[in-house]
Amino acid sequence: MQLTNRKVVVSNKEQSFAERLYLPAIAKGMIITASHLFKKPPTIMYPEKKRPIAPVYRGQHVLKRDENGAERCTSCGMCAVACPAEAITMTSGERKKGEEHLYREEKYAATYEIDMLRCIFCGLCEEACPKEAIFLTDRLVDAQFERKDFIYGKDKLVEKIDARIDVTKRQTQAVLDFKKLPGLKHNELFDAKKLNKGHKH
Amino acid sequence: MIAFIIYKAILCVGIFVLLLGSAAYATLWERKFAAFLQDRKGPSRAGWGGLLQPLADGVKMFMKEEIIPNVSNRALFILGPSLFMVTAVITSAVVPWAKPVNIGGHVYDMQITDINIGVIYLLGVASIGVYGIMIGGWSSNNKFALLGAVRASSQMISYEIPMGIALIALVISSGGSLSLKTIVEGQDAGFANILWQPLGFLIFFICALAETNRAPFDLPECETELVGGYHTEYSSMKLGLYLFAEYINMFISSAVIATLYFGGYNFPFAHELYAKLGLAEGSAMVSLIGFGVLLAKIFGFICLFMWIRWTLPRFRYDQLMNLGWKTLLPLSLFNLLLTVVVEYFRGNIHF
Repeated sequence: MQLTNRKVVVSNKEQSFAERLYLPAIAKGMIITASHLFKKPPTIMYPEKKRPIAPVYRGQHVLKRDENGAERCTSCGMCAVACPAEAITMTSGERKKGEEHLYREEKYAATYEIDMLRCIFCGLCEEACPKEAIFLTDRLVDAQFERKDFIYGKDKLVEKIDARIDVTKRQTQAVLDFKKLPGLKHNELFDAKKLNKGHKH
Repeated sequence: MIAFIIYKAILCVGIFVLLLGSAAYATLWERKFAAFLQDRKGPSRAGWGGLLQPLADGVKMFMKEEIIPNVSNRALFILGPSLFMVTAVITSAVVPWAKPVNIGGHVYDMQITDINIGVIYLLGVASIGVYGIMIGGWSSNNKFALLGAVRASSQMISYEIPMGIALIALVISSGGSLSLKTIVEGQDAGFANILWQPLGFLIFFICALAETNRAPFDLPECETELVGGYHTEYSSMKLGLYLFAEYINMFISSAVIATLYFGGYNFPFAHELYAKLGLAEGSAMVSLIGFGVLLAKIFGFICLFMWIRWTLPRFRYDQLMNLGWKTLLPLSLFNLLLTVVVEYFRGNIHF
């Protein structure tokens, strides 16, 4: 059976005099390389010129604050559970009196670390988050000289109050509706009625 | 006498600076040219479009850690790159760079020294050049370096012979003088020696490629087989000298080829041009134009060297030897015979 039409019959016939001179072949090769002198290189000079990226590009994470500037994360751990690369670790803290402007709810993440070398940027943490706290953005993770510098803490992850990061592209109505689907595990777990029998925050 | 010494000193320093500067920028041009041939952009960050790249490379070479192996022969290890560099530079002494300038009745040659055995001097210095590689490779006490050095020396011996015979044919057809000045002046009318010696030029050019260790003849530093070749153990500026001297060699070879076969600073219809511009023969301007023409020819040959390097793959060692002994040697002898016959019928030689 013939799979391709690239089949060539090999022959060991003797080289002709012109072939043995090699000069015509060399000239041919040199014309080929010279023709590349006049081609435009496809290089994109990176820092000055950036290639367009997908609107839903999944880059470095951000921990969002709410409209009052309080952190949305409640340290529930859903993101860490969802993470297939086990890149997320966190410890929880309890909000004290007078810290209401810092943390939206009574429980918050005292530390929150993502190992950017383990992270595969799948976006499952974002999907799992019931509090709309973690999002992937279009920023690139910087290069570092040391391994430990790739473990990003809250200092790098939480958005700055004066430099908010727009995630509306990733937080569309369709996404919000999807998160409220009854079949989703975190919706079941965090259904307040099921957990705390009528208790309301 | 003092005026003579000052004029020679200025000439020496000028040519030395020209060699070093052009070799530095040849490294940049090599990378740029390779990039253009491969649809890339090449170094473009240091300075304007990469113009400061040679400076950055030099600084890098000087800042790198210098390692002299314990098992090496220390004195020879240091001598190797120095010798290579020195022999690369002193070849330039016999090349006539421009037309003699006539200032106030004195005629100043734009050539460091016009020895009457210039062509033989060229061959001699070129073969001393391989001592730099041999000494460096042997004193490293490393088998790869030694193999590279052995390859370099046997390659040099093999290609000196056809090169020398090609030069003999050239000398016969250009009037019998070994002085480079006379050879260039003989091509004054725009009739370059290449017209009488096309085959000789081809042989000389291939041998020049081999003598400068340029691809496809760069077997002494063949990375795929010999790690780094003769400079495996070298680091820092000693390695830099080896790499740098290669470009000086390339510049000088191009200058020699341009001088011997392409009329040096002469070009067709030069005298008509000077007459039209109203320039007196022997004026500094005429000399300068001739120098520019020579530089353009050198640049062209450097480009050809690079073009070949980025087109052809490296020879296998037995192919190299076959080409040298079984092809180029008989071919150069045939060329010599042909030259003698042609010159006899032109009436230039008599028996």
